[in-house]
Amino acid sequence: MEKKFKPNIVGFLCNWCSYAGADLAGSSKTQVDPSLSVIRVMCSSRVNSNLILSSLLWGADGVLVAGCHPGDCHYEQGNYYARRRFALLKKITKILNLEPDRIQLSWISASEGKRYAEIVNQFARDITKKGPNPLTRNSQT
Amino acid sequence: MAKAVKIKKKTEEGLHDFLKSLLDKEIIKGVFILKKMDKTGAVSYSLITDPEEFKKAVPLYPYMPVNAGKALANFTLLGKAEQPIAAILRPCEIRAFVELVKRTQGDFENFLIISLTCGGVLTLKTISEPDQDKLISQYWESVKKAEVFEHTREACQFCEHFLPLNADITVAAVGKKDLDEECLLFLNTPKGEKFAQEASGSSVSEEIETEKVQQLKKKREELKEKYVQQTETGETGMKSLVNVFAPCLGCHGCSHVCPICYCTLCEFDSKTLQYNADGLSSDLKRKGGLKVPSGNLLFHLGRMTHMAVSCISCGMCSDVCPVNIPVATVFSKAGKSLQKVFDYFPGKDAEEPVPGGTYKEEEFAEIGEQ
Repeated sequence: MEKKFKPNIVGFLCNWCSYAGADLAGSSKTQVDPSLSVIRVMCSSRVNSNLILSSLLWGADGVLVAGCHPGDCHYEQGNYYARRRFALLKKITKILNLEPDRIQLSWISASEGKRYAEIVNQFARDITKKGPNPLTRNSQT
Repeated sequence: MAKAVKIKKKTEEGLHDFLKSLLDKEIIKGVFILKKMDKTGAVSYSLITDPEEFKKAVPLYPYMPVNAGKALANFTLLGKAEQPIAAILRPCEIRAFVELVKRTQGDFENFLIISLTCGGVLTLKTISEPDQDKLISQYWESVKKAEVFEHTREACQFCEHFLPLNADITVAAVGKKDLDEECLLFLNTPKGEKFAQEASGSSVSEEIETEKVQQLKKKREELKEKYVQQTETGETGMKSLVNVFAPCLGCHGCSHVCPICYCTLCEFDSKTLQYNADGLSSDLKRKGGLKVPSGNLLFHLGRMTHMAVSCISCGMCSDVCPVNIPVATVFSKAGKSLQKVFDYFPGKDAEEPVPGGTYKEEEFAEIGEQ
């Protein structure tokens, strides 16, 4: 029997909203796809594009960045900067045709445990469908 | 029509004499300009205060040994120039300087910026060619006819922003047939007009964007399409990207000469993004073959996210690349698309913030909602 592909997904979750949201999902016993490896960061704007790119080149099949909804940032403006930075990176992956769907930014608040589970499960399904990330398996990079 | 001064001399000589008279009368205390070195063909940017030393200056010599924007920022990193200095820069070098000033790496004050309608610069490799003089005269002939000269940098061949922004004085060059008979200086600012009073010429009113200039713009736009197509990153995605950067030695020369890459310690030169032994073995397990040293693609992609939005397309990166990767073409293309996203033109205005350093509350609404 052929081995079923299980993706490696890296999730950068902001400490104040999305990580707490993930916590809520766990404590309310919601099913969350286990392919997501969570890295807690203090703010979504902490995630610079090199972190996302190096994840993609070093073994991740997808990268999810999650932070507070616009206007709700613990540091007031962090997620606005994160959004700009993400728009830039997304555009670059589009220009170079590097499968832009493998990266995603989502707003998840501390009370949205259910939304967290839905987003993670959906993203994991999408990435599984896309299959292994060619970028991470290329021996010429 | 724009205000201008006409000097009845060869263009380069007229400009040279004008600067020398400014220096002699101590209206300016120094000139930042290209100077010939003792070795044939070699030039370097120099800050000159001694009129005797100034004799070796070659203001319009078609080479860019370093992006002068970066060099000027060296002087003004800690504060403005204390005395008035004239600086002769190419349009992309001014744009680079503006981008650096934005990043608090330089100061615009006390500079008289002189630029030209730019026909491009020759690649640095041609410096060591035996018939360099012939090449330079051929270059000037093609500038007179507003043609694209084949030995100029690729980035110059497709540069459509060769009319300078933020220059006090613009020297007419592209498409000017009588380059050897007269020197035409356009005075773009009151500051330029003030200094130009010292030029021994007659005031005239001329058009800066002549028909010839527009012709060259069109030719270069066509070339751009051609060169971008050659890099092929569009169609086949990752594979073609890997192919474009396959010869990369990882020398990081492109980032060291890039005027926008101003970081004292580049993240890619530090240990942060280098593999440790664990990383290497897990990588090997996944790939079945490991390129050593690895990380070249990460370097180029990472650098792109850092600076491409401010890329002023000077072509330094391609010119220094030892293995002839068309870095400038790839980055210029990426830069153009990014600049469209943020409605940004690098080097236009020193007051305008860098896209990564600002935000609007209402923008990119589609991001984050899925």
